[in-house]
Amino acid sequence: MNNAMDTVLFYVLALIVIIAACGIVYCKNLVHSALFMTLCFISIAGLYVLLNADFLAAVQLMVYAGTVVILIALGIMMTRRISMDRSNMAERKYTGWVKCISVVLFICLSYIFINFPVPLAKVNTVQDTVAALAQLLLGHYVLAFEIAAVLLLAAMIGAVVLAKGADDK
Amino acid sequence: MHYGLLMSIANMLSNGINSIVNSRIGTQIIMALIEIIAIFAVISVAVIILVYMERRVCGFIQDRLGPNRVGPFGILQTVADMIKLMTKEDIIPKKAHKILWGITPMLLFVPAALVYAVYPFGDGAIFADVNIGIFFVMAVMSQSVLMFLLGGFASENKYSFIGSMRAVAQMLSSEIPMAFSILAVVMITGSLKMSDIVSAQSNAWFVVLQPLAFIIFIISMIMETNRTPFNLVEGESEIIAGPFTEYSGMRWALFFLSEYANLLSAAILTVTLFLGGWHGPLLPGVFWFIIKVFIVIFIFMWISWTYPRTRIDQMMSLSWKILLPLALLNIVVTGIGVYIYKWMY
Repeated sequence: MNNAMDTVLFYVLALIVIIAACGIVYCKNLVHSALFMTLCFISIAGLYVLLNADFLAAVQLMVYAGTVVILIALGIMMTRRISMDRSNMAERKYTGWVKCISVVLFICLSYIFINFPVPLAKVNTVQDTVAALAQLLLGHYVLAFEIAAVLLLAAMIGAVVLAKGADDK
Repeated sequence: MHYGLLMSIANMLSNGINSIVNSRIGTQIIMALIEIIAIFAVISVAVIILVYMERRVCGFIQDRLGPNRVGPFGILQTVADMIKLMTKEDIIPKKAHKILWGITPMLLFVPAALVYAVYPFGDGAIFADVNIGIFFVMAVMSQSVLMFLLGGFASENKYSFIGSMRAVAQMLSSEIPMAFSILAVVMITGSLKMSDIVSAQSNAWFVVLQPLAFIIFIISMIMETNRTPFNLVEGESEIIAGPFTEYSGMRWALFFLSEYANLLSAAILTVTLFLGGWHGPLLPGVFWFIIKVFIVIFIFMWISWTYPRTRIDQMMSLSWKILLPLALLNIVVTGIGVYIYKWMY
């Protein structure tokens, strides 16, 4: 029962992700694309929940669906256009190249997936994901964690300086 | 196992259904449906009570009567309002993005209702006691800003758009002090689970241990729910009603519904995190929970009808320059405190 339910949920979510991803690409209005992106991120969070990664799912919701989309939407709306229609049109120049690269990538990936079947790993699911993540991040990988924090701080200060500088000139 | 009143009722109900349906899966599905209906029932009943309560409290504070014509003490005023809203003409602005504009009020209600899944209403009475409880609440709550942005954008009205821009600025700056004040509670509990946070307060409420975090949390919750000292998103006298300007009738009622659902969940969060949840002597846990929630809601209303509206820059500088450093300081102090406590015992 539970397994069947999971499978059904997986396919429903996967379908939503694919439809939303197509929506991002094919929508002619940038705002609609950004909204499809939110939908895509939220369904990916659902996929994480199916994989028992509940903390990651909440992070996905908060960071990607919550913040990134707001920033995208703000960026779009601050561009001074009267109408947002036809703001996300395909670049005719590169369409041919993109098609070629996609076909090559698709052939390569299908070759790999057909010839090397993915091994079904038996992994015991971690019950308390938060504690386990905390142990790893603040224990074993604390150096990488701190370096990332300093890097982000530098980026933030840089952004503030750039924004201030643009104001002065 | 010892269970509270709500859990006993739920068990009785599920046994009763089991004897009628006679299959485990059937019972589970029916119980899930009942739980979903229960969430919506709690929200709708609470909204009816809160709208009446808000108008009476507001009247009392401003030294006037408030609604007192429909029914005894004006209790049926909300019902009359609902009938009025339902019979109103549904006006759709000509230039609005029809689909986006139409789905926004419904979407806004989704995060407002979703967070109720992890609230502990009584001993063991929690729909989904997930590991990441409080973090889930924060992640889902942060989604509602997108709907405000959408509503303002899709209305194609400059006041709506200014309102939605303010919504983004306000919610981003209120969420960070809120997250840090919650973090102080989580540091003491050592768990994100809602049930753990409540059971950690069986001896001492966290408002005693974390008075600073409590004040920061209350202020940032008022910002998060767009209530009066910080209701810059609506700002009736400057930007008409912000994102709701173009909505009328039932669509406007949906905005209102989610606003009061958010107020209720702000009160529930305050009670769960700082005021000991359902803990209390004599009475069953649920009653204590309801009493505390209504006291907190009354305090929220008291604050909002006492103070005038701030300016957006005042609100932003309060949140970034005062609340955030205080919350960070509080975390450092809490960390040292927890360390000393562990070292002593």
